[in-house]
This record gives sequence, C-alpha cells and structure tokens, in this order.
Amino acid sequence: MTADDLEGLLRDLAPQALAAVVRQHGHFDAAEDAVQEALLAAATQWRARGVPERPRGWLIRVASRRLTDQLRRESASRRREEVLAARAPAEAPADAAPGEDDTLTLLLLCCHPSLTPASQVALTLRAVGGLTTAEVARAYLVPEATMAQRISRAKQRIRATGADVDRPAEADRVDRLAAALHVLYLVFNEGYTATSGPDLHRPDLTREAIRLTRTVHRLLPDDGEVAGLLALMLLTDARRPARTRPDGGLVPLAEQDRGLWDRAAIDEGLALVAHTLATARIGPYQVQAAIAAVHTEAARAEDTDWPQVAALYRLLDDLAPGPMVTLNRAVAMAMAEGPEAGLALLTPLDADARTARHHRLHAVRAHLHEMAGDLAAAADGYRTAARLTTSLPEQRYLRERAARLPGG
Amino acid sequence: MKYLIQIYANPVNWEHPLFLKDPEFQALPEEERAQLIRQDEALVDEIRASGELLVGCALADPVTATTIRGRDGVVTSTDGPFPESKEQLAGYFVVDCETAERAVEIALRFPDARLSSTAIEVRPIMGVSGQEM
Repeated sequence: MTADDLEGLLRDLAPQALAAVVRQHGHFDAAEDAVQEALLAAATQWRARGVPERPRGWLIRVASRRLTDQLRRESASRRREEVLAARAPAEAPADAAPGEDDTLTLLLLCCHPSLTPASQVALTLRAVGGLTTAEVARAYLVPEATMAQRISRAKQRIRATGADVDRPAEADRVDRLAAALHVLYLVFNEGYTATSGPDLHRPDLTREAIRLTRTVHRLLPDDGEVAGLLALMLLTDARRPARTRPDGGLVPLAEQDRGLWDRAAIDEGLALVAHTLATARIGPYQVQAAIAAVHTEAARAEDTDWPQVAALYRLLDDLAPGPMVTLNRAVAMAMAEGPEAGLALLTPLDADARTARHHRLHAVRAHLHEMAGDLAAAADGYRTAARLTTSLPEQRYLRERAARLPGG
Repeated sequence: MKYLIQIYANPVNWEHPLFLKDPEFQALPEEERAQLIRQDEALVDEIRASGELLVGCALADPVTATTIRGRDGVVTSTDGPFPESKEQLAGYFVVDCETAERAVEIALRFPDARLSSTAIEVRPIMGVSGQEM
C-alpha cells in the first residue's frame, strides 16, 4: 500500500471510528482527540507492519483505550472513579457495524448551527476529514495554537448543546445538510482560489472538499443539491490547470487554454448535472453547476452560449439572490445582449453597502466599459478595483488589465 | 479574512495599557473606569477564546525606535520614529474575522477607542488567493 493509499484509507475511516467511539463513550471532545491519536499511531504502525485485518475495529479499539485512560486520569484527579465504572469500555463492534452513514451524521454534527462558519470548517476538516490541527492551520495560514483553540472551543460548544451522534435532529436535517454543503463549498473555494507561490505547501483543500462531497453524494444519491455541488466542484476544478500562469498570474476564463482542462472531471461533472437536472428539485448549486457546464461545453470562448448563461443567472438570482449573482448576471447579459444591458444591471449595486466599495463591482463595470469601447472609463475602473481588492494575484491581474488600455 | 488593528496614541507617558494613564480616562467616575477595564479584559479573552486573535503586541516608547530611510542611493538610520505626528503607533492586533464589520466591532470595544488622544485604524491584510475573473 502506498503512502497516499494509506492516508486515504485513514481519512475515510476517521469519521467512522469517531462516531463509533462517541456512541460508545460519549465525550465528543475527548473522543475526537483520542481518534486523532489513534490515527497517528495507525499511520506509523500500519506503514511498518501492514494494515490490520479489521482496520476500523483497530482504530476504534485504540481510540477507546486512549479515551478511557484519559477519562480515568481526569476522574481520578477529581475522585470520581464511580462515574467511570458505569461506563466500562465495551468490546469494539465488528467492521460490519454501520459505518459509512456515520460520516454524514458526524458531518452534520460538526456543522452544528451553534458554531460560526469558520469553526464549522475547522472542526469538519479535523473530525470528518481526518486532517491534523497543524494541517488545518497551514491551510488557513493561521498559527497552530490559534487553530487548536478554534477546534477545541467548537468541540466544547457541541458538547454543551447536548447534541450527539445518536440523536440527529430529523426536524432540522434539511437546514443542517444545507449548512454542511455550505461548509464543503467554503473549503473548496479556499483551496480553489489559492495560487502557487508562498502557499505551495498548503494541504489540498480542493481535493479534500471533493472527496467529502463525493462521500455525501454516495450516501444521499438522490439529493439534487449534493449532486449539484459535486458537479460544480468537478467542473470548476477541471479548469485549474488553465487558470494560473506558471508565475502565479491569473488567467481569465475567456483567455484560458481549454486544451488544458481536465476532461475526465468535466465528463463526470456533466453526467452529474444532466442526471440531477432531469430528476431532482432544482436548487442553487445545481444552477451554478449548469452554468459551469455551459462554459465547459464551449470549445472556444467565443462559442459560449451566453443567452443560456444569462438565463441561468436569472434563475439563480431568483433562487438565491445576492449582489455577487447580479454581478455575474451582468457579465452574461453584456455578452448576450451588449454592454449597455449589463451596465444597467450594475446601477443598483452602487447603492448596496455590500458592493459599493467591493472591487468586483468596479472590475466588472470596467470590463463592460471596455466592451463598449469607453477605454478611459475602463482603465479608471480597473485601477479603482486594483486598489480595493485584498488579493495580491487579483491586484496584479487588474493592474495588467488597466495597463493594456491606452492611457492605462 | 485577516485584519491589522493599529492603535495610535498620544500619551502623557508611555506606560501600557496606555488608556489607564490618560487624563480623559482618569476623569471618569470610578465605576465607569472599572467597567472599561473589565470590558478590555473581556474583549481580549473573547477574541482569544474564539480563535480570532492571531497576534497582539504593545510597542515600546517611540524614543526607542530606529528609522531607516534611503535617499539618493544612500541608506541611513536615525534614532526616533518615522511619523512626525503627535499620535504614534502604540500597539497592534492581528485578527482573523468572519467579516470586516466584525473587525471594526472589535476595534470599537478597546477602551482606547473613546479617548480623544487615540485613533484606531483597521485595515485588511492582503491574501495570496485570487478568484478567477
């Protein structure tokens, strides 16, 4: 077994082992620490001596032992051994016990509404994704101690709410699943937007988000939004080889070398979109996936079916309205019907506090002015956008756009 | 999103926490002063526990500063701070927040914020990630 295979196996088993240990012993926060320790032990021992016959049972057994040792030490110091006596460790269940469904239950638990999105993300990556605290910290470019604090507080909070793996709240399952999908979307986006360079050694969050979403899709194959999100990730990630230059500069969609796009990911994404649009209730992720599908279906940028993209953004604006959707719709409208149609859609965003000083509004308007031939206004807009963005590669891209124009 | 919160102050003497020695602060009723001190401690506890606080530093007196400047290809270092204004950088925090509003909310809750000798500046820290355009 290669190191990658072993890591993949451990990551798949992590949430299943954690759910089993929590079910047996309670103590979500301490159980999560114990499973992390068991994963570390497995990583070294299995590499040296091979994977045991029942890997999941092995992890549960080792984690349970560590957890009970830990609880015994704590309770000894508090002179409460009698509490533990009632919670003597049972034998670890066989590998055939319910396994995979626990991944979803655990994901929903980690996306508990009492947590902030940042905490949901951190806890999900550790408890469901099986990443170490150091890896999560590196992924988000914060000190490890800070990330440890975030994770430990999130676990305490979940424990305090009394939520556990045996009582998934059926009533708010729809909301919880939506929150979980949003967390996976955030993880994907963080990874997707990262460029090469200083963050070369960040763990691959994009791959991790796709892996977890794929698992959720396997468990809930009929859920249209799960399928939509997976398709959106695949179709977006397929463009990755074409979206940055070797020096880290951003390449816009219209200028990408489409031959570099990942065909296998596109085929899988397109099949998912086609199936889910035909069978499931429509939702925002499916519409975004459909938009990505239209782009990937065009062999050249000028072949893009812009009226179709514009219609889909209009639908998205109804399903999940927001200024960023309007911005994208304005670009599509401009491409379909001319720059004036796009510019008209931007006007209300000037009065919207969320976008008035947002670089994307100025960047899109500059682009539409450029299309309309108003090059002075375009250069001015790109420069304003470059001053407002807080992203180094975006700033560089916007300055380059301005510099291409006469007088820029 | 990460933000730098810079506290600029013009203190009578440079002794941290600076707000405690500020005449405006000292003129407040005792109860209000005690409340502000509790507010300060609670704020730092809160952002440390939430994992938002990444760095927090109190800076030494500006007389201890050295400023390096280049002119006509010659680099010189001189004693003293760079800005010539009365307000000098007294300390800074780096926070990682959900929104810009949250970073401003944190800054507003430092007791220094209410003093006329102090200005607090909140500025985003640039990231290395970029969206496809």
